[in-house]
Amino acid sequence: MRVGRYVLDFENRPSVAAWSAVAGKKEGEGPLGNLFDMVIDDILDGRDTWEQAESEFQKKAIGILLDKAGVKDDEVDVIFAGDLLNQCSGTGFGIRGYNIPFSGVYGACSTSVLAMINAAIAVDSGLFKRAISSTSSHFCSAEKQFRQPLEYGGQRSPTAQWTVTGAASAMIASDATNCPVIERAIIGKIVDKGVTDSANMGAAMAPAAAQTIADFLEDTGTVPDDYDIILTGDLGKVGSELLYELLENEFSLNIRKVHNDAGLMIYNLEEQDVHAGGSGCACCGVILCSKILGDLKNGKLKKALVVATGALLSSVSPLQGESIPAVAHGVLLTNGRGNDEK
Amino acid sequence: MDISNKKYDEMVKKASPPSPIFKNCIWAFGVGGAICCFGELMFKIYGMLGMDTLETRTMVSVTLIVIAAILTGIGIFDKIAKYAGAGTVVPITGFANSVVAPALEFKSEGFVMGTGANIFRVSGPVIAYGIFTSTVFGAIYYIVQRIML
Repeated sequence: MRVGRYVLDFENRPSVAAWSAVAGKKEGEGPLGNLFDMVIDDILDGRDTWEQAESEFQKKAIGILLDKAGVKDDEVDVIFAGDLLNQCSGTGFGIRGYNIPFSGVYGACSTSVLAMINAAIAVDSGLFKRAISSTSSHFCSAEKQFRQPLEYGGQRSPTAQWTVTGAASAMIASDATNCPVIERAIIGKIVDKGVTDSANMGAAMAPAAAQTIADFLEDTGTVPDDYDIILTGDLGKVGSELLYELLENEFSLNIRKVHNDAGLMIYNLEEQDVHAGGSGCACCGVILCSKILGDLKNGKLKKALVVATGALLSSVSPLQGESIPAVAHGVLLTNGRGNDEK
Repeated sequence: MDISNKKYDEMVKKASPPSPIFKNCIWAFGVGGAICCFGELMFKIYGMLGMDTLETRTMVSVTLIVIAAILTGIGIFDKIAKYAGAGTVVPITGFANSVVAPALEFKSEGFVMGTGANIFRVSGPVIAYGIFTSTVFGAIYYIVQRIML
């Protein structure tokens, strides 16, 4: 069922039956490090290349997910997954050993939520009983593809963000009980406000996040205080401030009290020297699939609106003078114990 | 959203912290200066070993290149450069780093299509336009010299 112009309301309330988060050493040393299912200290994870390591992370995340959900791979009907690497190769190589029909999705750093929306639509339709959503990113493979070689001696801008090394997966199921449910979702529109600085992704993505949050609240007739948390994916310090200002100036909405950003939660910004915060597909992914879903399960949170943001640039588009188009997708997760308004 | 790109650009500029230019300059001056002093020291040492001026100049460059390449290989150069900035980029050490870093990075795609094809990925523009500029100025120098004679 549709609510308003853009919001999808899932009548069958697909459940998030299980979730898993695998993270790298730096993420493990962050403030939420103890919540991840696995922290892999070796950045190569015993493989030969960064790309193989990223695939290995995603393979492990799905392995843990299957264990936690207590199902075998061939009992899963479909997997929606993607990552930042060309042709979503981090995902393709990572899950090639699993016996699960695969549908690739690309939303840059919004992939975690985009994949989850796909899985929720699939399960809600009744055509799929179990669907996995999964994503990964790796600092080194992202740097190699989008920026400079790792050992290159350059300085990072204070607005630059640090790509999270990790992978996150969630099992969306029609038959699970006593677990968080996906009530609503919104697929965002591409917003491009002309930002060309690829070292300031937060600024490029903030308008997309503002648009999606405003659309969601308008369509559902709700206000920010109706939610325990509005979590954005990887806006970081600069993008979060711009998000507040855009929502206040353009939409008369104030989300400061309920907002947090996965890019600000995953690291100790100053101590871990990550400048404006975390980014990457796994940034929103591992926070969603550890802290947020965990808190929904244990009752600390009742309603969480998770809006992941993605910058849809390529490795050549900034050089060709293009600005950075951005998109933000949202899911409303609730604790699933009766859907009483807060 | 009605906000114009221009107005948003102003918001972005206000929200984005600037690079700490003063701190960066101090670091660049200190580290860059130290590298140059080290070069000068090597120049004297090679001179004392009996090399002529042309040889010592070459040997100083080679020494700095070798040291920068080794520091890049063992993963220390980028940690120094993070603070030093222009201090490590401007001397020949920056050039050495910009050749070795991609050579290492693309080793995973093989020695031919990986390291070989990408080794000048970062330094390529400097080499290409360096050769171009020196050719142009060489030609000008040659012509001017002829006219003067």
